[in-house]
Formats: sequence, C-alpha cells, structure tokens
Amino acid sequence: MHQTLPVLSAEAISKSFLAHRVLDDVGIALMPGEVHALLGENGAGKSTLIKILTGAYKPDAGIIRIEGVEVTPHDTKHAQQLGIGTVYQEVNLLPNMTVAENLFIGRQPLRFGFVDRRRMERAAREMLARYDLAIDVSAELGAYSVAVQQIVAIARAVDISGKVLILDEPTASLDRHEVQILFEVIRGLRARGMAIVFITHFLDQVFDLADRVTVLRNGRLVGSKPLAGLGRMELVTMMLGKALEHESSMRIATDRPAGDVLASFKGYGLRRKVGEFDLDIHKGEVVGVAGLLGSGRTEMARLMFGIDRADQGQALVDGKPVNIGQARDAVALGFGFCPEDRKTDGIVGDLTVRENIMLALQARRGWAKPLSLREQRALADKFVKALDIRAASIEMPVKLLSGGNQQKVILARWLATEPRFLILDEPTRGIDVGAHAEIIRMINRLCEEGLALCVISSELDEIVAYSSRVVVLRDRQMVGQLRGAEITPARIMETIAAEPEGIPS
Amino acid sequence: MNASVLASLAKPQYVALGLVLLINWLLFPNFFDIRIQDGRLFGSIIDVFNRGAPVAILAVGMTAVIATKGVDLSVGAVMAVAGAAAATLVQAGHPLGVVLAAALGIGLLCGLWNGFLVAVLDLQPIIATLILMVAGRGIAQLITEGFIVTFTDPALIFVGTGSVLGLPMPVIIALVLTVAATLVMRRTALGLFIEAIGVNRSASSYAGLRSKLLLIGVYAFCGLCASIAGLIAAADIRGADANNAGLWLELDAILAVVVGGTSLLGGRFSIPLSVLGAIIIQAMNTGILVSGFPPEFNLIVKAGVIILILVVQSPLATRLWGFFSSESRNKAEKRS
Repeated sequence: MHQTLPVLSAEAISKSFLAHRVLDDVGIALMPGEVHALLGENGAGKSTLIKILTGAYKPDAGIIRIEGVEVTPHDTKHAQQLGIGTVYQEVNLLPNMTVAENLFIGRQPLRFGFVDRRRMERAAREMLARYDLAIDVSAELGAYSVAVQQIVAIARAVDISGKVLILDEPTASLDRHEVQILFEVIRGLRARGMAIVFITHFLDQVFDLADRVTVLRNGRLVGSKPLAGLGRMELVTMMLGKALEHESSMRIATDRPAGDVLASFKGYGLRRKVGEFDLDIHKGEVVGVAGLLGSGRTEMARLMFGIDRADQGQALVDGKPVNIGQARDAVALGFGFCPEDRKTDGIVGDLTVRENIMLALQARRGWAKPLSLREQRALADKFVKALDIRAASIEMPVKLLSGGNQQKVILARWLATEPRFLILDEPTRGIDVGAHAEIIRMINRLCEEGLALCVISSELDEIVAYSSRVVVLRDRQMVGQLRGAEITPARIMETIAAEPEGIPS
Repeated sequence: MNASVLASLAKPQYVALGLVLLINWLLFPNFFDIRIQDGRLFGSIIDVFNRGAPVAILAVGMTAVIATKGVDLSVGAVMAVAGAAAATLVQAGHPLGVVLAAALGIGLLCGLWNGFLVAVLDLQPIIATLILMVAGRGIAQLITEGFIVTFTDPALIFVGTGSVLGLPMPVIIALVLTVAATLVMRRTALGLFIEAIGVNRSASSYAGLRSKLLLIGVYAFCGLCASIAGLIAAADIRGADANNAGLWLELDAILAVVVGGTSLLGGRFSIPLSVLGAIIIQAMNTGILVSGFPPEFNLIVKAGVIILILVVQSPLATRLWGFFSSESRNKAEKRS
C-alpha cells in the first residue's frame, strides 16, 4: 500500500493482568495524515492498548516503533516527548485555572524566574488561532463548554507531542453541533499530517471522519481495514462478532400475545442524553433494547424510571398522564429497575439479604408502617427459594454474595413490590453461565405471569431469545422496532448498522 | 439463645466501660458509694451520668447523622444558640413553655439548615456543618449581646439541676430521649432507611427512598438534640455563655458515637451504644478528677482511648474479628 513509514506502529502486543489475558498479539499501524478509528465493545482491550502506547502500562510482549525506530515509552511524559499525545473523554485539565495556564502548565515561559503571563497569553492566543478558536485565554477554563475544553486539551497535546494524537471518546458528552466543530479541528490536524487515533462508540462518526478502522474483540485483533468500501454491516459484524446464521429457531418468546397497553412514552427525551422516542409497553411482553454501547440504552431506562427527568414528551400509565420525576414516582406506579451498575446503584452492601429484599417494598409503604421481622423473613425466604439465591443465611451482608446472586437479590427486591413493569439493564452482565441461564428463564416466566418487561442487553442471542419486540437504538436515537419473525441477530445488527436517513453529516 | 446473650455482653463497649470503672474504683475506692441527701442521690457514679448527659444527648442525634455517612460539627454552637435564646427569653419574663419551645425550635431550625446544605445543595457534611459551627457562636453572641446572661427562673434551672425520684433531671432527659429515639428507629423502618442511605445513597434512591427528605430530617433531629443539651448546659450554670457553652462538645459527641461502634463511613448504628460511649468518656473524665490526678491527664487518656478504638475498628481488626464472630454467629443461628 503506502510507501511511507507508519508514524507509530505496534506489533504483537500482549498483556495480561494476573492470569487474565487482556491483549493477545494485537497490532496497529498509524499512517501520517490518517484518522484511525479504534473500535470494540467494553472489555475488548482498547484502553489497555492505548495505555501501552502512552507508556502507562508495560506490554508483556511486543514492539512499538515510532517512524521505524523501536521505542519503549517509560511513562506518559516520556510518550509525550516521543510525540504521542492523548486527550481523554473526561478532559484532564484544570477547570479552575485559565485557558493559557492550562495550555502551558509545567512549561510556562519565564522572565526573571517568574511566569511571563503576557508572553504566555500571547502564545496561547496564537496556538488557539490555528484551531479557529478566538476565546479569552485569561478566563478560567471551566467557564467554557466541554467542546472548547476538548479543543484546548487537543491544542495542548498537539503542541507538546505533535506526531500522534489519541482521542479517547472525545464526543461522548458533546451535542451534534459541537461534534462538527471538533471534527473540523481533527480534519485540520489530519491535513497537517498528524496521525490521529479516534475511539468512539458512535458508528456514524466513524464513517464521517475515519480513514481506517481497527477492531478489537476480547483482547484480539479482529481486523484493520480502510474505511473506503467497508459496509456498515461488515463493521458491526466485526465488532459484535456474532455469526449471522442464527435463526429464529432459538427464540423461546414466539407467539406471545401482547396485552393491553400499560405505559406509553410519547416524544419522551432528554437533551444530550436520549433523543425523543415513542414507546408503548404492553402487559405480558418483553421489550428488548439493543444497540451498541453508548447508544443511549441505559439513558433511556433511567428516563423511564425517573432517575433522570425528561425535558420533553409525555408519559402515560393506564392511559393517564403521569409525572415521573424521581425513582419514587416510578416505584409508586409499580415500576421496578435493576440497574446496570449493581454495586453503585443496586445493592446496599452492608445490609443483609433480607433487608435488601424488603427495601423497596418498605420504601413504598413508608417508614411508619414497618414490616414485622416475621413478614420480612417470610418474604426473604420466599424469594431466596423462588429465585434460588445462594446465600448461607438471609442475615448475611449482601456484599458477600456472588454477582449473580446479588442480581437475583435486586430482582427479588422488585418482585416483592409486585411490580407491573420491570426494567432490567444488562441483567446478565458479569455473572456466571449458570446464573445467566436462570435469569433468562426467569424473564420468560415473569412475562408469562403478565408482567411487562424492558430488557437492555449487549448479548444479541439473549435479546432474541426472550423479546416479544426489539427496540434498536443508535447514537442516542431510537432507530427501529422489530417484531415477530424479524427478531434475529442478523436483523438487529442490520438495524444497528443501517445508514442514518436524513441526518446531515 | 444463651450464646447470643454472651456474645452481646462481650461487645468491646461493655468491656471498655467495665475496665474504666474498675480502674476508677482501684484509684478511688469510694467511687461506687452512693448516698441520699435531700431526697436525691449523690456519688461519683451518679455524677458520671449527670455530667455525661449533655454529651449523651448530643450523641443520640449525632449517631443518626453519622449513620447517613455525615457528621454534624455544629452541635456545640447550636447548644450555645439554644442556651442564649432560653436565657434571654426567660430574663425577658416569658413563661417556661414559650422559652422551651423557642429554644428547641431554634435547634430544629439550625438542623434544617444543615440538612438543606447537605441534602439539597450537596455540600460535604463536614463543610456544611462547619458553617454553622462558626456562625452559631456569632448568632449566640448577638442574642446575648455579648454578655453572659444569667437568670434565676427556678423552673428553667430545674431542667439542669433538679431531680425526680432521686435522679438528676439531665439523666432523666437523656434516658427518655435515648429510649424514645431507639424505639422510633427500631420499631419503625426509619432506622433501616437511615442505614440504607448511609451505606449506598444512590441505590437507596433507586429503591424509592426519599433520601433527601430523610437526610434533612436526620440533621433536624440532631439540631433538636443539640438544643436540648444546650438547655441543660445553660440551666446548670444558670446562665448562657455564648463563647463557652458546648465548646468542643461536638468532638466529644463524635467520639462517643465512634466509641459506640458506629462507623464514620455510615451504615449500621446503635443509639444505646453511642450513649454508652458518652458514659465511658465521662467515666474517664470523672475518674481522673476524683482520683486526684491533674486534669491535664484527661486529654492524653482520651487520646489514648481514641487510638485504641480506631485500631479496633480498623479493616484489619474487623477482618480478624469478623472471622471469629461469624463462626460463632453461624453456630448460634443454627441453634435458634
């Protein structure tokens, strides 16, 4: 292909943490004047690879070359000197210092041993002018939008390093307009011959900006291809890695009659989190929610449960308009939510299994009407038996249970409230295979009992197995609904990968 | 059943109190002597309870706050504010009912303010309550106009120095408050809710708890307790000293709670054990006084006890302790 030498290349990189191999013989080559998208789901090894390139980790094996010369970055500072600069999603600048100070921190121009503020600010203005950014460099950085802060961070990284720029999910907290501004900046840098690594979860942005894409999965290199001529479907398949021949035979949710409408969300949305969506939830159906990471799945669930308050649209339950402004409102309506992050949002670690199970029910009854200890024990015993929760005792702290059992405890907490609508966010993440299958069986059983469920999952097989209907999200927008025979992993992937219609890029 | 009774007797707080009392008795053999004079009990041990009552009352409120993973540094200052308000109003000739209601109402308001800062504005509790810790003394000084306001109203003085059935009033107030608070916490779901938000506020909100309202309520309760302690302190000296009333008592209250086994990380709490902690601290103070040692020892000994308690509560000790006690608890549960 190119005769030119890669600016940065890594070959046969391997890295293990304890016995767990997170990178296995992975390589990447960055050409000058190229935007190189690095893709992969969570745990694919993207961040480990980046950390190795920037010297934060040492690889167990493999070679890193800069312009053909072998190097070993000792730490991030050394990597910067070698020409590799990084900008993280959470801008790691100091919001309470001025723009100019941020650009020159640690290397301020000095005059008689003191910082030459005037010279520093002039240089800062010149530096930012190259990015068409005319802002007051003596103002605090925190006063500016995240997009401006990103550009300042990029300007700093380019100024220090100058050869390779690594952008780790730079667009995660930007709106569409800000993304375009950022992309202009990146294109400008590409024109100046820099190699740019661009990590994102937004496929549209990859097709919009990148020249080449490298996909990792489970710590292995799936492939590295030029984007020209690469189909969306092909890319999604590379990322998710599911064989496409799965057919509807594996479905266990076929011909499940949908009941009356329980809840409906009309034009529901929250700026910067989830674009407006329309969704009807029927009694006795499982609505699967599919989409890549960062596509707005969790945000949608949080909105429906009132963790975040919608700023547009309307929610109706039993045909009546309702206000779901906090979790409490949702609980009062008979909703339940098993969050994705069990540890921080789910379990109350130091409390016992019994207390964790009765918590939501007690919260709904109010503090003044306590469940007696006997009622609590009966409740806990019932669910420990029904869900097969493996705990030495219902009086042991829930934090000592395994992940799958903790998940069941949270499920039990909601089932104890006899909910009408249950939202499960990644119910099978991080739990072992046995518990995995049990949870899926449980979803089906609950549905047969007339409960409405909304299940978010990254596992397409799973979604296909239990969903009566599948909602697909892409880039924080609901982009499709699949029903009946349409529900196959292939169709879901096609919908995720479909060209966005009518959105200017 | 027997095993669990034995296990609860082996709590470090009981052992500590026993040790402190034993040392007091060895240093001062008359420590446990009680005599009746003018229809009320006197003696060193009664004195421990009487002197320890204000801190015990503070500790009741502080326990709830610390259980939510918070802390209230303002209770000493709130004592001064409540005392100042009571003294000024009683001097102005208001009836006792108005005086008490005003003093307690002010304490409640102070607590609501702290709760607002912590729950609604999301300030860190240590900073949020530091504001009132500083400002409270200023408010108290404004109320007393910079003087020490003395009063002679017998009804108000009775709150601090009177006795009922031979027991000093402060002891009775502390006892009633402790029992009432414990019952409300444990006979309703309030205690569990407080523990839940202390362990994991986010998860508690997800489960449908009103964590903001709960937090505000807990701080308000703590303020109320502080104003009760302030009334006792003022009635005891028959005057309100804006500068010195309740000075540093917030630290004693926090210490009492920690000695009582409630972790500063929030979660599980026990009001009776916190009150016991307050008594342990006072027993040390009194012991050093009556044994004839110079009172300077007091602070050093207290520091020693803090270190000991912190070591006992450290993760390493907890792990070792948990290993042994979970063994015995499992056995006990199987038996019952």
